[in-house]
Amino acid sequence: MLWETFKLAFQAIQRNPMRSFLTVLGVVIGVAAVIAMVTIGNGSTAQVTADVETFGANRLILSPGQGRMGPGSDASSVKPFTLSDVDKIVDQLSSIEIAVPTSTSQLVAVYGNENYQTSVTGTDSGYLSVADWDLSSGRSFTDSDETGKAVCILGETVVEELFGNANPLGEDIRLENISCEVIGILKAKGASTFGTDQDDLVLIPFKTYTRRIAGSADVSMISLSMRDGVSTDRAVNDVTMLMREIRRIDPGDEDDFTVNTMEQLSSMLTGISDVLTGLLSAVAAVSLLVGGIGIMNIMLVSVTERTREIGIRMAVGAQASQVLLQFLVEAIVLSVLGGAIGIALGMGFAAVGANVLNIPFIPDLGIIALAFAFSAAVGIVFGYFPARAAARLDPIEALRH
Amino acid sequence: MSNDAQPPLIELRDIIRIYGMGEAEVRALDGVDLQIEAGDFVAIMGPSGSGKSTALNVLGCLDRPTSGNYRFHGTEVANLNRDQRALLRRHYLGFVFQGYNLLPRMTALQNVELPLIYKGIGHGERVERALVALKKVGLADRANHDPSELSGGQQQRVAIARALAGDPQVVLADEPTGNLDTKLSVEIMELLHNLNRNDGLTIVMVTHERDMAEYARRLIWMVDGKVESDRLTAKGAA
Repeated sequence: MLWETFKLAFQAIQRNPMRSFLTVLGVVIGVAAVIAMVTIGNGSTAQVTADVETFGANRLILSPGQGRMGPGSDASSVKPFTLSDVDKIVDQLSSIEIAVPTSTSQLVAVYGNENYQTSVTGTDSGYLSVADWDLSSGRSFTDSDETGKAVCILGETVVEELFGNANPLGEDIRLENISCEVIGILKAKGASTFGTDQDDLVLIPFKTYTRRIAGSADVSMISLSMRDGVSTDRAVNDVTMLMREIRRIDPGDEDDFTVNTMEQLSSMLTGISDVLTGLLSAVAAVSLLVGGIGIMNIMLVSVTERTREIGIRMAVGAQASQVLLQFLVEAIVLSVLGGAIGIALGMGFAAVGANVLNIPFIPDLGIIALAFAFSAAVGIVFGYFPARAAARLDPIEALRH
Repeated sequence: MSNDAQPPLIELRDIIRIYGMGEAEVRALDGVDLQIEAGDFVAIMGPSGSGKSTALNVLGCLDRPTSGNYRFHGTEVANLNRDQRALLRRHYLGFVFQGYNLLPRMTALQNVELPLIYKGIGHGERVERALVALKKVGLADRANHDPSELSGGQQQRVAIARALAGDPQVVLADEPTGNLDTKLSVEIMELLHNLNRNDGLTIVMVTHERDMAEYARRLIWMVDGKVESDRLTAKGAA
């Protein structure tokens, strides 16, 4: 009997393919939106994780002040680090493998007639290991460079802006008042998860930076690399304890520095993408609701159009519950078909979107099952009222229709 | 063998059916007493508004009397609820309507199968029984035609096959020839007459055509919701 009911539902839907399609369009769009959003969201989360790894998964960033990285941190009112802090961290903490000082300014780099504003970072050769970055050509800083020589390593973007296709190795560029020789070129990393261009930078030896550009020996940030196998918590704890000691912070007082981990960064970023996914899913839910109302509307029309059929079925012995089931199943089959089309469309969009955004395409079976269940639920909820209207018809009235 | 031991197939006693209330009250049936034995062929006639259609609806358990007793096989059915009446129709009654009332976009065979679906009969047996019913009305060769591809007479035959398919104890026909010309009407009436005579099918038919009523064995004349006369026709008397 149930099989007959399903067959009947398919026949009724086939009878009016165009109308059936338009009826479920709302559900199709809603489900497609949810599937596409979630799939792209998963892809971008995976991409964030991968990006963080390119940034250096073992990396900690120690910055002065309580402000987090980013807007709102006021660098002038906080006590900066010194080079001796860097040495102490490496000497005293077994959990930290490498510690490098970094200080950065936005400067205009000039070569011939080209000039380009970029960020100039004073650091040392350990920076490349901490940031997990290789050179595409040339060499890193030598001990002799680090005594304060005017040499620099360029990011790919700076190379393109200043040199175009020419080979910059051995050429001199001008940064502020100093002229420095290009000794190395970094491999391109591409845009970071924040959307900033990671290749838009110039590295110079830290001492060169402090003496000839900044004019002070302050270290504005310290980049640390944890030893393999050391937990992030332990490393953060070690660094915090040591820095409190060095900076003479009384027990009970707050830290006047911050240790940022890549884990925090990635959870913040995935948090953003979760919020976005949530918001868009809410929009999709509204679309499903509207789609459900569309189904209800057409099912009501259908009940009216098929009043005589209902009367005939009742005359030959259909009970109210069987008529109800017939229309309910029809609504459910409709919306589940819509859901299936929506899933296919959503996956298609997600695949195209993932390709365009250059993120991995990660289908989520759980959300597909959920979308399926949800579209069936839409059919049940919005099909019930029209089905009940059909079941309540009086057979004599219905036959006279 | 005595018939006294067995109750009549259908027994109506003082059936009253009132539509509307107060000033607008209409007594469509106003105390109908009627007995129909199994194997009978009864025609109900009367002027319009005499209550003949209402009587047929009550007999077919599509409608419920306001008061009175309706015994079917000796069982009181006047107070059955909707679902119980649906079951009674499903298992014991068949219907033929003036406007055929076939489902469009379904083949003749599928239309005839309809009551068997609700009886819960499986596909194989259902097709078999539906074909037997179509054969009885002479349309086995049209089984796979849509109603729109059939003439009015053929459509009514399909409708009769549908009424027969479930092996009902009574077929209730509401003006079965009302939409047909004389020649086709005669064909349909001969079919019903043969089904009654050869298969012992009990038929109750409402008609307003005297010629058609003459195919029955018994003629009931209704006026103002009451049975005014109840007599055998020429065929019944023969």
